[in-house]
Parts: sequence; C-alpha cells; structure tokens
Amino acid sequence: MTEGTVTLACRNVWKIYGPDPSALLAGGSVPDAAAIAASGHVCAVGGVDIEVRAGEIFVIMGLSGSGKSTLIRCLSRLVEPTAGEILFDGQDLLRASPRELIEIRRHRMGMVFQHFALLPHLTVLQNVAFPLQVQGMARPAREDRAREVIALVGLEGREGHYPRELSGGQQQRVGIARSLAAEPDLWFLDEPFSALDPLIRREMQDEFLRVQRLLQKTIVFITHDFDEAIRLADRIAIMKDGVLVQVATPEELVLRPADEYVAAFTAHVARAKVVTLGAIMTEGAPPGDTAGRLPASARIEDMAARIEASALPHAVIDDADRVIGHVGRQAVIDVLVNRGRG
Amino acid sequence: MTLAAPDHATASPAGPQRPGAQRWLWPVALLLTLALGWAAPLLEALPGLGWLIRVPSALVIDMQAAVRGFMDWLVNRAHFGLFTFRELTRGIAWLVDQPYQAARFVLVEGWVEGRGARAVTHFPPLSWIAITAIVTTMGWHAGGWRLAAFVGGCFLYLAVFGQWASAMVTLASIVIAVPFGVGLGLLLGVAAYLSPRFDRALRPVLDLMQTVPIFAYLVPILFLFGFGPVAALVATVIYAMPPMVRVTTLALHSVPEEIREFAAMVGCTRNQRIWRVLVPAAKPDLMVGVNQVIMLSLNMVIIASMIGAGGLGFDVLNALRRLNIGAGIEAGLAIVALAVALDRLSQAYARRSARPPTASGMSWLARNRWAPALVAVAVLSGLLGLIWPPAQSFPAEWQITTRDFWASLVRTINVNYFDQLEAFKNALLLNVMIPLRRFLLALPWVWVLALVTLAGWRLGGARLAGLCAALVMFIAMAGLWEPAMITLYLCGLSVVIAALIGIPLGVLAASGHRAGRVIGGFIDTLQTLPSFVYLIPVVMLFRVGDFAAMIAVVLYALAPAVRYTAHGLRSVPSELIEAGTVSGCTRWQMLWRIRLPMAVPEILLGINQTIMLALSMLVITALVGTRDLGQEVYIALTRADVGQGIIAGLGVAAIAIIADRLIAAGAARTRARLGLTGRGGS
Ligand SMILES: Nc1ncnc2c1ncn2[C@@H]1O[C@H](COP(=O)(O)OP(=O)(O)OP(=O)(O)O)[C@@H](O)[C@H]1O
Ligand SMILES: [Mg+2]
Repeated sequence: MTEGTVTLACRNVWKIYGPDPSALLAGGSVPDAAAIAASGHVCAVGGVDIEVRAGEIFVIMGLSGSGKSTLIRCLSRLVEPTAGEILFDGQDLLRASPRELIEIRRHRMGMVFQHFALLPHLTVLQNVAFPLQVQGMARPAREDRAREVIALVGLEGREGHYPRELSGGQQQRVGIARSLAAEPDLWFLDEPFSALDPLIRREMQDEFLRVQRLLQKTIVFITHDFDEAIRLADRIAIMKDGVLVQVATPEELVLRPADEYVAAFTAHVARAKVVTLGAIMTEGAPPGDTAGRLPASARIEDMAARIEASALPHAVIDDADRVIGHVGRQAVIDVLVNRGRG
Repeated sequence: MTLAAPDHATASPAGPQRPGAQRWLWPVALLLTLALGWAAPLLEALPGLGWLIRVPSALVIDMQAAVRGFMDWLVNRAHFGLFTFRELTRGIAWLVDQPYQAARFVLVEGWVEGRGARAVTHFPPLSWIAITAIVTTMGWHAGGWRLAAFVGGCFLYLAVFGQWASAMVTLASIVIAVPFGVGLGLLLGVAAYLSPRFDRALRPVLDLMQTVPIFAYLVPILFLFGFGPVAALVATVIYAMPPMVRVTTLALHSVPEEIREFAAMVGCTRNQRIWRVLVPAAKPDLMVGVNQVIMLSLNMVIIASMIGAGGLGFDVLNALRRLNIGAGIEAGLAIVALAVALDRLSQAYARRSARPPTASGMSWLARNRWAPALVAVAVLSGLLGLIWPPAQSFPAEWQITTRDFWASLVRTINVNYFDQLEAFKNALLLNVMIPLRRFLLALPWVWVLALVTLAGWRLGGARLAGLCAALVMFIAMAGLWEPAMITLYLCGLSVVIAALIGIPLGVLAASGHRAGRVIGGFIDTLQTLPSFVYLIPVVMLFRVGDFAAMIAVVLYALAPAVRYTAHGLRSVPSELIEAGTVSGCTRWQMLWRIRLPMAVPEILLGINQTIMLALSMLVITALVGTRDLGQEVYIALTRADVGQGIIAGLGVAAIAIIADRLIAAGAARTRARLGLTGRGGS
C-alpha cells in the first residue's frame, strides 16, 4: 500500500459517557481504564489516533461494545467527542460551525446505516433523491441523479416501490444509493451488511467492491466480521474496549498480530487468503530453474494451484519486475495447512 | 393497602424500621381511622379540640375572590404592549369563528340570505347523500368494505332517525376543533421535543390540564369568550389538545436513532429534520394521538352544549332537563353512532398509516379513482336536490321516530320493576352509601391529612409526602373540605365497585373465551362514548341523586379496569407460565399464584385510570344533583363565577393528583419487587 494523502485524521479522540466526562480529562494526564470505571464513567473511545488515506477502504473492527459505532460517530461528529481533534481535508471538524457542518455533510460526506434508516413514507426514488432535495435541488435534476445511482446499485425498475416492499438486501442497496447521491468524498458505513443473511452479505460485498472500483471513495467501514474485513480492507484498525489495538494491512495482522487479542481474531482465518507470496518467499535469486515468475503482492490462495502443480520453484518479482526471491511447493503447503512461519 | 406494605427487598423510604412495626402500620391506622370516625362527634364536643375535627375558619382563605380579581384584571386591564388581553381573546375568537362558519356553511346551512320565511338559499349545504357517500368512501379507503358499510350505516341512521341536522352541527364543530387541536398539539409537542426545558415546564401544566375536570374548563372560557359556539370550540380545542402534545413528544423521541442520525448526515436544517424526516417517520404513532383528539373533541363538544355549542349535546341536555325520555335516548343513540363511526374511522386511518402504501408507481388520481366519482355524487345530489328536495335533505315524512318506543319501554320497566329497582337502590343507599358518607364527613381533617401524608411517605418518600400534604392543605384552606369528602366517598365507592366488576371481566377477557373477546369489544365501544351519554339511561331508571350518579360513574369508569387487567394477564412472561405448567399448576393455581400477582402493577395502573375517569364523570353527574366538588363547579358554571369554578376545579385536580401519584408510586414499588423492569401499560 503506497502512502497517499490523508483525507481524514483523528488525533487523541476521546468519548467518555457519564456524569462529568470532561472533568476526567481536565488534568491533561491520561486517565486509566480502572479510574474511569471507578468514577462511574464509560470510556467508549479512549485516545484514538487514525489516519484514513484518500481512496482507501479503512475498516474498523472489534467485538460488540468495543466502541466502533461511537468512533465512527465521532468522526462524522454525530456524537460530540469529549476531547480530541478531527481533521477532514485539513479542516478541524470539531471547530466547524453548525452551518459549516451542514454544508460539509450535504456535499462531502455520506453514511450507510446498519438498519438502513430508509424513510418509510417515501418511494425508492424519493428516498435516494432525498439528500438532494434537502439541498434544494430542483426535482427533475435530483430525480435524474437518483435514477443514475439507483441504476449503479442495480435497482432499476424499483424506483416506485416503498421500502417495506423490498428485501433486506434491496433496502440496503437503496441505502447505499442514497448515500452516494450527493457524490460525497468520504463514505462512512456502519456495519452495512450485518443485518443481512450470509449469502446476501457476500453478494453485497462484491457489489460494494464493484462500486468502489468505479468511484474510488475514501471509506471508513465498520464490521465485527473479520472475514468481511479482510475481503474488503486496505487497512484494518482493531479496537478493544474503546482503544485502538493495531492498525495494519490484513496480511500484517495475520502474520504479526500485536497481541493475544488480535491473534485470537486472526487464528481462524484461512491464511492463504491474506498472505502474499512476498511474505513467504525465500529471499535472493532462485538456486536453479524456475517454473515462472509471480508478483510478490499476489495472494497465496490465488497462486497455490500453479505453485503446487510444478515441482520447480517460482521466481518472485516486485513491482518493478525485478526478481527478489523464490517460492516452492513446501512453503505454500505450510501456509495452506496453517503450519509454521509467520 | 396490603400492596402498599413495605418489603425487605426495596429500601423503604422511612428508613430502618423493625419489620414487625411495618407489618402493623396499616392495620393499626385503619382501626384508628374507624375509631376516630365513630368517636369524632364526641371529640368535637370536647372544648378546645374542635379545630382538629373541623377545618377552622381561620385557616380558610378566600381564594375565589383572588381568582376573580385576577380574571377581572386580565379582562379589563391586562395589556401586552401591542394589544390588550381582551383584544387577544377577540382575535382568537375571530380566528376560530372563520373556519367554523365555513364548516357550518358546507355541512349545515349552505349560503342563506335573509331570515325565516324570506330566507333565500343561494347555495345548499352538502346533501345527506353526499356526506354519507363521503364518509362511506373514507371507510372503504381506510379499512375496506366492512368499515365502509359500518360507517355508512351509522350516518344513514342519523338521517333516518331524524338526527341529521343536530349531528351536522356537532360534526361541524369537530371538523374545526380537531385540526386546531392536532395542529397546536403537534407544535407544542415539537417544541417540547426540541427543548427539554420547555418540556419540563409543560409537563406539570399538561398533568393539571388532564386532571382538571371538564366543567372547570368551561367556566373561565365562558367568562373570557362569552356564551356561544366559539367559546365551546375554544374549550374543545384546549381540552382535546394535551394528549396530542404528549403523543407527539413521545413519538418523536421514539423515532429510531439511525433515522435521526441520517437526518443529520444529509445535512438537514432543524426544520427539515423535524418536518421532512421525524414527523413523517413518526406518523403511525401520531395518528394514535389524532384519534384521541377526535374522541376527546366529541366528548367536549357534547358537554360544551352547556356554554352554547348546539347540536346533539344540546338535544340531550334539553331532554335531560325536561326529563323527555324518548328524545334523550334518541339523541344519545345518535351520539353513540357518531362516536363509534368517528372512532372506527380514525383508528382505521391510524392502522393504515402504519402499513406501507403498496400501490406503487401510480399517480395520485390513478390510486384514488373514487375521488372524481365522489365529487360527481356531491354535485349531482345537490343539483337533483334543486328539483327534488329529498335528495338534498332527508324528508321528514320518511323519518322514523323511536321516541315513543323508548318512552314506553322505560315506562314499562319503571312500572314493572319499580319495586325491585327501588329496593336495590335503597338497600345500597341505606347500608353502604349513607353510612360511608357520614363516616367520611365525620373524620377529623387533621387525621385525613396525616394519613394521606403518611401514605405518601411510605410509598414515595419525603417529596411525595410533601406534595400530598400540600394538596390536602389546599383543599382545606380553599374551604372545600366537605364537598371534597363527598367527592372522595362517591368516587371511592364507584371505583371499588368498578374494580370488583372490572377485574373479573378482565380475567375473563384475557382467558381467550369467545365471551371474553365479546366483552373486550364491548368495553372498547363503551370507552368511545362521550361521558354525557351515560347519564341518559341512569336518569331514566334511577332519576337523580347519589345512587344514580354512582351508577353512571361505575359504567363510565369500568373500561380501564377491564382493559388493564386483561393486558396485564396477557403480558405475563411466557417462561413463567411454562414454569407453572411444568410444576403442575391447575388453571386456578396458575391464575391465583402466577398470573394475577404478576399482573398487579398493571392492574394498579388500570385502577389509576379508573379513578381518573371516575373523577371526570363525577363532575358531570352534578347534573343529577350530587353535592360534591362537581356540584360546586356546576353551580359556578351556571353563575359564570370564575373564582368558584377554578378553585373547585383545582380541588378535583388535587384529589386526582394525590390518587395518581400514590398509585403510580405503589405500582412502581410492586413492579420493582416483582423484578419487572419495563414500564408496562397502555
Ligand atoms: N449514549 C451512551 N451512553 C452511555 N454509554 C454508551 C452510549 N453509547 C455507547 N455507550 C457505551 O459505549 C461502549 C461502546 O459502544 P458502541 O456502540 O460504540 O460499540 P460497538 O463497537 O459499535 O458495538 P456493536 O458491535 O454492538 O455495535 C459500550 O460499552 C456502550 O455501552
Ligand atoms: Mg455498533
């Protein structure tokens, strides 16, 4: 992953619930978890720093109650953080006036909700056009635009239906279309597929990736499903009790979990889906003949069949086409059966 | 009282006490009360103790004069900078009168010039055919053919039985009062939603508005707006609005959090958030409030006939005054027809708004193809009426009158069963009512004050005790002790009887028997009827007095006891039922050991509602000559004496608030003891 420009950054963000949250942070020192709990407060988000880069899919994951929703609501300022700084394209959101905030949300942010949050009294078309209507866009223009995004999520022909006439998956497509109608730069999704059946969920993930390839939004995506996270994420942030435990690519998480908690998450993942050839290759030039050249960034799962089929090792090349190592059958089989290394 | 007994699980507000002493507290208090009631006349004779028994006159303040003075100042001198108070009331009257005249124009009179024989009708009102067609179509639209037939039948009844003209006058008032009530209630509710401070300020006012008896509204309104339909409309709107305010605030708060966040995330302004997102999303809940406003408006419009609303209420009042049995029953039945039709219709609309619209993707006209047909019916029947009058107004010679039938029926009952009815009435009067009344009147006021305060303290701690004491003192100092005790006696007795009848009916209704369902439906219907209607049969059979009043109150206040009991029994957690079944409970054991105890908090809430309804009905029974606080208000109404009216009304409200707070605290304790957390209820 190359370093891009940072679209959204949050620095030392806290959200504490309870009788007098700001008093806890007043001293300037960082309170510890025990002290917060003892004083009858709940620390939903505790001193989180993250940077989301332009065009990446940044996934936040953690168990239920770990503060994911609270964090994403702090990032969108739906919840007022107790302390911290949130920079969106360099502007501090927490200092934005209500008027500015309305403008930012109208044009530059979109959000998809776990339970869809569709308006029951509006048709699909009206729901999708609603953000534009709120901006005061004229009806023909907003309906044209709404039809475009409805087509983008594959719901043509359903424009006149009401939300309750649609299945869950279709409803979330409407939610996605609606959040895209105003062409936001930054896209928040809070467990968008958690309320759906596993099969539909997979289909929606594919759909989401397809849309993202077309639009290249900057995305903050929340899930508590690690499989979903590794399918979608460029980088994953793992939270526990309101604190960020590790921020890394899926592969790093699997290969170098920061602690037991992260390791427990990754233990049951099929490593071949995550780990790239670069991580298991033996560095240096291949000792003898090779069966072919494979990119270091390729996932093992996709290359396993080729490598196993040949008795000779394959050369591994980097982005600039230089040979940087080699990988043989045994290394791949080790990964496939979750043995050794890493 | 056993329910109020403290337990070990919840910390008693009285602080640590020996359980033994707690167990004996209420029995001892009861015995003492009995003894005091019996011995009071003797004690009173003792020198220097009189002030403990009767409220000393030095304590009584002339609050009525103060209120009177304030109202005089308000009307004659109050000035808000730009306009005077009188200009304000005139402005309001004008504002209300315009749409009311329009509604009368459409429904009742048409456009008429001149009076009497020289009157020229330029434009007729909507014909009976048109109005019946409109409501029938609304019934079909909201609930299908069955509802259409039902509503249409109700309106045909009005036409055929000669109640059309009066019913339309009543309907015109409702058609105007309801939008005002709903609109104002919605605005206040939204304001309370937006500002917690406003909400906190509004809450006690709403509490008071809902406990002040209906007549007490009429007195100041009469004073400020004079006698006539406009005053009646103002009273109706004020009376019918509070539930809409509450429902609105509640409904807006219960819109899912995600929808609220969605509104913020698309950058809605405050107004967009309220009117484009929250209110439409809360519409199904809001419709429940609309239904309540409609039913309360009807109730008030009927009663407001006392301050000049015409229509069906006036007919009933007239008939009651002249003891014209047939006419009274006929007008009463017409009110029933109107009430039931309006209730079913608005409930169907409420249910409909909770369903998704389904006929997707069609234009409004395509979805509502009946609309042009309806306009055609209205116009054609109007035109036809020009050449053939029966199409315009239902001709008198087609009407059926049931007056004589009802009159003779009641006469027959009275002739044949006079002895039985009298014997029943006298037995109850002599053995229960009169002794109880005497007993309560004899009780030393200081003892009553102490008892109520003690109950408040045991159930809800110092704050509740303080509130109870203050309210009892208010009654004493307002010089209302005697009528208040009579109110207590009539209300208390009626509530006990209503509970004795209602709780078993509730058990039956919850049992799933056919009979139970029938009872449930019947009770629901009873509850939609305006309180005035209950007086009619009672007066016919028992004439006037405390007994007649009590029967009317019991009938009116029965419904919540049945409903809440049934609801409480039905919502006992199913694991408990299963646990009972597994341990081999018989049906009776299940009822007595499991269901009823678990339903106690709910039943208490039902009793609470019963008390509220009983108090509101009691005031109306002043018309049949009771001597309680209601009579005070009624007399104030006939004399247009604001001071007396408001103070006596507040006296009733004081009793209602004491009962409400004590029972709510008791129900909360019981619920805590049973480990039920959710705030069950209606
Ligand atoms: N309004 C609130 N008041 C008090 N505590 C809150 C509030 N909102 C959240 N919390 C607490 O903050 C913590 C984090 O909650 P949050 O909803 O962010 O978790 P989550 O990771 O989104 O969980 P889930 O996967 O269940 O959605 C929880 O312990 C929760 O109880
Ligand atoms: Mg969450």
